[in-house]
Amino acid sequence: MTAFATAPKLKLAVFKFASCDGCQLQLLNLEHELLPLAGRIEIAHFLEASSRVEPGPYDLSLVEGSVATPADAARIRRIREESKVLVSIGACATAGGIQALRNRADVEDWKQRVYPHPEWLSVLPTSTPIADHVKVDHELHGCPINPLQVRRVLLRALLGTTPDLPSGSVCHECKRAGRVCVLVARGAPCLGPVTRAGCGALCPSLARDCYGCFGPLDDPNPPSLAGRLAELGLGPRDVERRFRGITGYAPAFRALADRIAEERSAEETGGSADD
Amino acid sequence: MTERRTVEVGALARVEGEGALHLTVEDGAVTEVRLEIYEPPRFFEAFLRGRAATELPDLVARICGICPVAYQMSAVHALESIFEVEPEPAVRALRRLYYAGEWMESHLLHMVFLAAPDYLGLDDAFEVARQHRAEVERCLGLRALGNRIVALLGGRPVNPVGVKVGGFTRAPRPEALAPLADPLRRARGDAEALLHWIESLGVPERPIEQELVALRHASEYPMNEGRIVSTRGLDLATPDFDEHFVEEQVPHSTALQCRVRERGPYAVGPLARVHLNADRLEPAARAAYDRLAPRFAATDPYAGVFARGIEVIEAVEVALSVVEDYEEPRDPDGPAWEPRAGVGWGATEAPRGLLVIRVETDERGDVEEIRIVPPTSQNQARIEQDLRELAPELLSGSDDNARRRCETAIRNYDPCISCSTHFLRLEIERR
Repeated sequence: MTAFATAPKLKLAVFKFASCDGCQLQLLNLEHELLPLAGRIEIAHFLEASSRVEPGPYDLSLVEGSVATPADAARIRRIREESKVLVSIGACATAGGIQALRNRADVEDWKQRVYPHPEWLSVLPTSTPIADHVKVDHELHGCPINPLQVRRVLLRALLGTTPDLPSGSVCHECKRAGRVCVLVARGAPCLGPVTRAGCGALCPSLARDCYGCFGPLDDPNPPSLAGRLAELGLGPRDVERRFRGITGYAPAFRALADRIAEERSAEETGGSADD
Repeated sequence: MTERRTVEVGALARVEGEGALHLTVEDGAVTEVRLEIYEPPRFFEAFLRGRAATELPDLVARICGICPVAYQMSAVHALESIFEVEPEPAVRALRRLYYAGEWMESHLLHMVFLAAPDYLGLDDAFEVARQHRAEVERCLGLRALGNRIVALLGGRPVNPVGVKVGGFTRAPRPEALAPLADPLRRARGDAEALLHWIESLGVPERPIEQELVALRHASEYPMNEGRIVSTRGLDLATPDFDEHFVEEQVPHSTALQCRVRERGPYAVGPLARVHLNADRLEPAARAAYDRLAPRFAATDPYAGVFARGIEVIEAVEVALSVVEDYEEPRDPDGPAWEPRAGVGWGATEAPRGLLVIRVETDERGDVEEIRIVPPTSQNQARIEQDLRELAPELLSGSDDNARRRCETAIRNYDPCISCSTHFLRLEIERR
């Protein structure tokens, strides 16, 4: 792991790729901590918040969004060159985002469906995470990222050390918070057992199932959970959709969803429908 | 001799999303206005096909991190009209509270972080804070309260999770809402003070006439329900949207622009809502409106920041009345419903204005087609017209001054370029 550069005033840049702006907004959602932090940091590039744009190199670059156009594929390489430490923030930057659903589709067909002049669109056939293009020093997961995590990254960067980020599953957080398990008690198709911690078990706290927006934990077992979801009555199509969500392009979720899709298509060829 | 000048803003700052501006002025007339959008397309309207209706609130939230509540609300109303679900009054009240929280969060971001630096000639709110620390702190405090309201119902302010067809996955206990009452009572004064401060900053004036479009409700200031009305006499139910509005491409420039069929460009947003619904404002917000009435005599886009300030007061009042009168829903999950095939429309008032969603489902309740008309795509033609009209005045000043003034004019509409879908088509047209 790369240690953060120690500098008297940390030179921070925030960059946006294909995304909803929500992860950058979590920086501004630091609320009353924002001004004290801003006093310790030189905000050198943060277009959503400031007209002031300073050239690189930057001590710390936070990158939101996925790479989805040829221009962006080139831009992320330039940003990497200008950044001492690069942290990708959020599900788009770490897993391609919800827009990575196009990665299995015929993008030409989609272009025609959404745009009257698809021939003018300059897009890549895929939406991919930052780490598929350049070396990434740290990843902050979540859709959106947790503001407390981004604060931790900034504070550690100011100290010149590396951030420690939560590992383990949403289930761990849920159990620690003493919540009733929505999967066991109510049969809800919760992805908590395979999803990375970091949200504070938000969905179960609102009496609903986790839908995996922090992506898979480091060593998940999606096939086992898929079996349990099937026992709860979900058909293969529903299980596939369940894993093909906000972080569906993350390898562990993608592998399972692709396998189910293959099985379904084999069955369809064999003449039986699954649901 | 032809005097030709080009104003380029390579990357628009202090807007949500990524865009650029190109403006060419010849002999005092604008020959070209291009608001370029290089926000990469995300194809929401394509990948939402085949998803379950029950997934829509989680998925459409991802269109915009600043106004996820708005996308959830328009989508849920569209689905409820298909599945014939009528939420109980207590759920309806909670949705107003939820929306009020988002209006606060989004409007305050615009007023102090995006717009105020323009009036002070500064680059950002961090610089503003050096001169006006108390006001920026006041804004942060009010924003925190708005975020807290959204989080109370949806777990977090960005991409909240509790919304579902018919209700919420969990409704707060009365004892969870009660602690909001005192902060909201204090917030009223803070919201008023912040608006007074914005008024003191010398916001430019441009008393033009334009058509404004917003929802109008029988008795309330509009958030989730109402007919679509305009300052030039439109009055329609949402499913008639296509009879009166058209999204079309214009050969001379960049935009797929949303227009009133008979007339042309129009604007949605807080300015439109205040103009069309001033008589529905709560007393404290109404008092602020009355004080500012001269600024609302014409349909001046620069008065948009005042409209936001008035709506922050309104949102505080709405939130306080929901909190004070709160009775827990009998069934927060909502009534049982069966999936079915159908077409539904939802129109609600996003912070940036009218947000229309049309959904078609199949008999399993899966999305067959979805169309999303975000506020910024509706404002697009109007923004370009404002820039065209502004241009003659730009000739006299420096390029830097021209850039700043163009950016300020664009920011009047608080454009949210991330709100993907239709707005993205602009990028293409310029090539």
